[in-house]
Amino acid sequence: MIHVLVHDKKDTVGVIVVEGIKAGQELTGWVMEDDSTIKVKALNDVPIGHKVALKDIGNGETVIKYGFDIGKAVAAIKRGEHAHVHNMKTKRW
Amino acid sequence: MISAKTTFHGYRRENGRVGVRNHVIILPVDDLSNSAAEAVANNVKGTLAIPHPYGRLQFGADLDLHFRTLIGAGSNPNVAAVVVICIEEGWAKKVVDGIAKTGKPVTGFGIELHGDHDTILRASKVAKEYVQWASELQRVECPINDLWVSTKCGESDTTSGCGSNPTVGSAFDKLEPHGVTMCFGETTEITGGENIVADRCATPQVREQWMKVFNRYQEVINRHKTSDLSESQPTKGNIAGGLTTIEEKALGNIQKIGKKCKVIGVMDKAETPTRPGLWFMDSSSAAAEMVTLCAASGYVVHLFPTGQGNVIGNPILPVIKLTANPRTARTMSEHIDYDCSGLLQRQKNLDQTGDELIEVMLRTCNGRLTCAEALGHREFVLTRLYESA
Repeated sequence: MIHVLVHDKKDTVGVIVVEGIKAGQELTGWVMEDDSTIKVKALNDVPIGHKVALKDIGNGETVIKYGFDIGKAVAAIKRGEHAHVHNMKTKRW
Repeated sequence: MISAKTTFHGYRRENGRVGVRNHVIILPVDDLSNSAAEAVANNVKGTLAIPHPYGRLQFGADLDLHFRTLIGAGSNPNVAAVVVICIEEGWAKKVVDGIAKTGKPVTGFGIELHGDHDTILRASKVAKEYVQWASELQRVECPINDLWVSTKCGESDTTSGCGSNPTVGSAFDKLEPHGVTMCFGETTEITGGENIVADRCATPQVREQWMKVFNRYQEVINRHKTSDLSESQPTKGNIAGGLTTIEEKALGNIQKIGKKCKVIGVMDKAETPTRPGLWFMDSSSAAAEMVTLCAASGYVVHLFPTGQGNVIGNPILPVIKLTANPRTARTMSEHIDYDCSGLLQRQKNLDQTGDELIEVMLRTCNGRLTCAEALGHREFVLTRLYESA
C-alpha cells in the first residue's frame, strides 16, 4: 500500500493518496522520479490529497514539490507534519 | 494504442472539418432572445437552445469577443445547422453571415416589429426543416488527424497533478505525432510554472507571445487584487482537496501538456488555430468560460481532469471527465467517464492510462454520450472583458 506520493527526489513534501491516515501511522512513500521508497511517520490525521512534510522545514524556508518552488513555510513544519494553508503560503501576488 | 491508421466515425461538414455530434442549435444573440430561442427548442424536438445572459451594450474588444464566441459556437463542426434569434435583425445577420462562411445551413430572425409569437413561429418552421435534414446525415470514417482536442482541468486537488493531468499529458504526447490539433489555456493557473511553459514553446516568437499574455494578466491581478487571491486561486475547493498555493496548482496543471509536445502558437480567446499541434489559448481558468471558448475555437472533444469533482458540461463540446482521486471516483461516479486512480497505487502507469483515455475519447467521438451529456450539463458561459456601456 502506497500512502504518500512524491514527485521528485528534491521534494520536501509528499501527497497523501489514501483515505483515513491517522496521527502516529507509519507511512510508505513512492518517489515517482526514481521509483524509490521512503518511510515517514504521520504527526497528524491527514486527509487524502493533503501534504505531509518529508523533512523539517524552517519558518520562511521554500517548500519544494515537483522539484520546484511552491511557496514558503510561514511556521516551522516538522517531518511528518500536515503542510497546508495554516503553515504555508504563496510567494506570488 | 493509436497509429496513423486509427480512425473514428464523425460528421464531415461542408467546409471539410469533422464533428463528433450533430446538433441543430437555436442561438440567441442577446439575453432578450433567450425566451424565444427556448420556445423554438421546445417546439421542435431534437434542437438545442443555448441561452446566455449577455449581448446588449457591449463595445470594443468585449463586443468583438461576444461575436467571435457566438459565431465560433455556431461554426463548430459538432453543429449541423443553426437558427439565430436576436432582438433586432442587424446583429442577427452579422452572426448568420459569420456562421454561413462554413457553408452550413443558418437562418436569422429579429424580434422587433414581430414580437415573440411571430418570431417563434417563423424560427420553428426553419428549425423543423433543419432538424429533419440533419437527422439523415451519416457518420463517415475519418483519420485521427481530423480531430481537434482541447483540455482544461477543474476543481483540482493534489491527485490532479499526480494522476489525471499527467494522463491527459500522456494522451497529448501520443496524439501530437499523428497531426491532431490540440489546445490548453488557463493563463492565471500557470503562475509558478510560466518558465516551464516558456521552455516548451517551439520558437522564440511563440515564447515571447506566451510571456506577453502571461504578464498581461499578472498586471490585471495586481491592479484588482484585495488579497493574495487565496480561496479564489487556488479555490476553496482546491484548498479542501489539499492544494495550498497557486504555484503548486500551476505545476500540477501543466502536467496536461505532457513531456514532449511543443507549444506551436498562442491564440486569443475563441480564435481558431491554423494548423495541427498544441496551441495555448489566453483564457480564464473558470471551467465553463474556458470550455465555451474551446467550443468557439472549433474543438470537438474535451478532456477534463478533476480532483474534487467538477461537474461541468457544454452544449456543443462533449466534456470527458477523468479523476485519479479514488474518493471522487467512488462518491461522484456518475460524473466520471474514466477513473485513473490506479496510478496512485502503482497498479497502472501513464503509458497505460494515456492509451485508455484515448480509447474513451474515441468511443465518445464515435457517439457514446459523456456523463455530462447524459446528465444534461450544458454550461455555456461567455467571457466578459469589462463593463457594458
